[in-house]
Amino acid sequence: MTQEYWRWKENNWKSADKDWTKAEIVTAGIDVGSVSSQAVILADGELYAYASMRTGSNSPDSALNAITAAMEGTGLTLDKIHYIVGTGYGRVNVPFAHKAITEIACHARGANFMGGNKVRTILDMGGQDCKGIHCDEKGKVLNFLMNDKCAAGTGRGMEVMADLLSVPIAEVGPMSLEVKEDPPPVSSTCVVFAKSEAMSLLKQGWPKNKVLAAYCSAMAHRVVTLLERIGVEKEFFITGGIAKNIGVVSRIEKELGIKAIKSEYDSQIAGALGAALFGKALVEKGGKKK
Amino acid sequence: MFNVGIDVGAKTIKVVILRDGQPFAQYKGLAGMDTAESVEQAYTEALKEAGISRDQVKRVVSTGVGRKEVPFSDEEVTEVGADSKGIIFVMPNCRTCIDVGAEEGRAIRCDDGGKVRDFAVNEKCAAGAGSFVESMSRALELKLHEMGELSLKATRTVPMNAQCAVFAESEVVSLIHSDTTKEDIARSVHDAIASRIISMVRRVGIEPEIALIGGVSHNVGFVECLERGLETKVTIPDNAEFIGALGAALLAYEGSK
Repeated sequence: MTQEYWRWKENNWKSADKDWTKAEIVTAGIDVGSVSSQAVILADGELYAYASMRTGSNSPDSALNAITAAMEGTGLTLDKIHYIVGTGYGRVNVPFAHKAITEIACHARGANFMGGNKVRTILDMGGQDCKGIHCDEKGKVLNFLMNDKCAAGTGRGMEVMADLLSVPIAEVGPMSLEVKEDPPPVSSTCVVFAKSEAMSLLKQGWPKNKVLAAYCSAMAHRVVTLLERIGVEKEFFITGGIAKNIGVVSRIEKELGIKAIKSEYDSQIAGALGAALFGKALVEKGGKKK
Repeated sequence: MFNVGIDVGAKTIKVVILRDGQPFAQYKGLAGMDTAESVEQAYTEALKEAGISRDQVKRVVSTGVGRKEVPFSDEEVTEVGADSKGIIFVMPNCRTCIDVGAEEGRAIRCDDGGKVRDFAVNEKCAAGAGSFVESMSRALELKLHEMGELSLKATRTVPMNAQCAVFAESEVVSLIHSDTTKEDIARSVHDAIASRIISMVRRVGIEPEIALIGGVSHNVGFVECLERGLETKVTIPDNAEFIGALGAALLAYEGSK
């Protein structure tokens, strides 16, 4: 079988020093995205465990797969979690969730936790969409803009390019920064056309890293245009899978002239984390413990 | 006197040779990675097949996305200008011309002299061009030319949610998994591209007669979906793919008089 360069690694994480059995409230958030599914488990509002898995063809299975991976080695079972919130585009298809909340609200809430309450502008670059969100100091959404119609500026577009150039997806960013000076961005917006353009650049003798640099710049420019339509405030945070691509992130920062707020957390879990935080708030408000 | 029009498209290069203003020969070659090289090759072949030499050609006009890469051209014209000139020559009563190529789609409203009155172009997005159908045929593991016939055999309408060709590919794969027939998927693909072309045509306004030209006019499945969506018949002239090159050649002829 040929190598699938776009395939990123599934992963899970569990806190080494926290114990859920001592927690009063255990909540979970599950973000079923178009490309990846994340589950986050909070113990008394603190990050306890999470998992990031690939979304399959069926949302309920993908949700279960993600939460199972997050619970791995913890001794937790679904019935011990007090409240589960589903989010993401497959949120209505999470059978064991108590509630579904839109991913816009969850991302803002999650970013507020990850980047601190100073965060005002959030750029979420997901697998099949891209959103610009404005929020207040509580992580409440004030305004947002979204592209979910076109693969340009989304993770899927980057996967297509990684496959075309036979570069593992995790190496795309670092490799694109190997060039001394950025070449002009790939001029086609459409990913299908950008593919042909990349192929003819290779034919002209461009090395892979130069083509990747041109594509990362094009992608950065595309999301910056979206952000500029909604307005960018300095307290700026990036979530989603592409936040891990240094080649795109550094070019966005350069074009905007501001640095994104750094965070110790995995950028991909923002939505699920926000969902779990909503779950905790709902338990506290309604005392709706199971 | 010979004149040449050369239409350098995203996928193919079309050459039309006129003798005293009347069509004399035509040739179609593939546009490879190196456009200039493919152009040279297509031109040489075209002249060879027509049995004439380079210095017998008085004037060359180029059009198409690669029109700037024709070193021997005397003038460059836009696709819209060439299309309207060419279509009026073969279909004098045409007022709306729809041109769907591999990577572009356009709708042109023209007057009886072949002058452009209004036009709309999509060159940014594969969803409204031939490459959309090509990507989907790959996902369906079909040859491109099989798509049209299959689509005519569809028994039901399956909506396509994705707009983007990249996302639509995943959608086609999940339709296959949910046991939708290839026939129904093919029609869904053609309906999707047709709806995009139709919205462009409505922007410029529909006035009969309506012509459909460009490579995608060979796809009978697309034509059926387009006509159903427009609620009217469209005319596909002979050599529908060569209309742009013909228009360029006619402009070359006018320029050399």
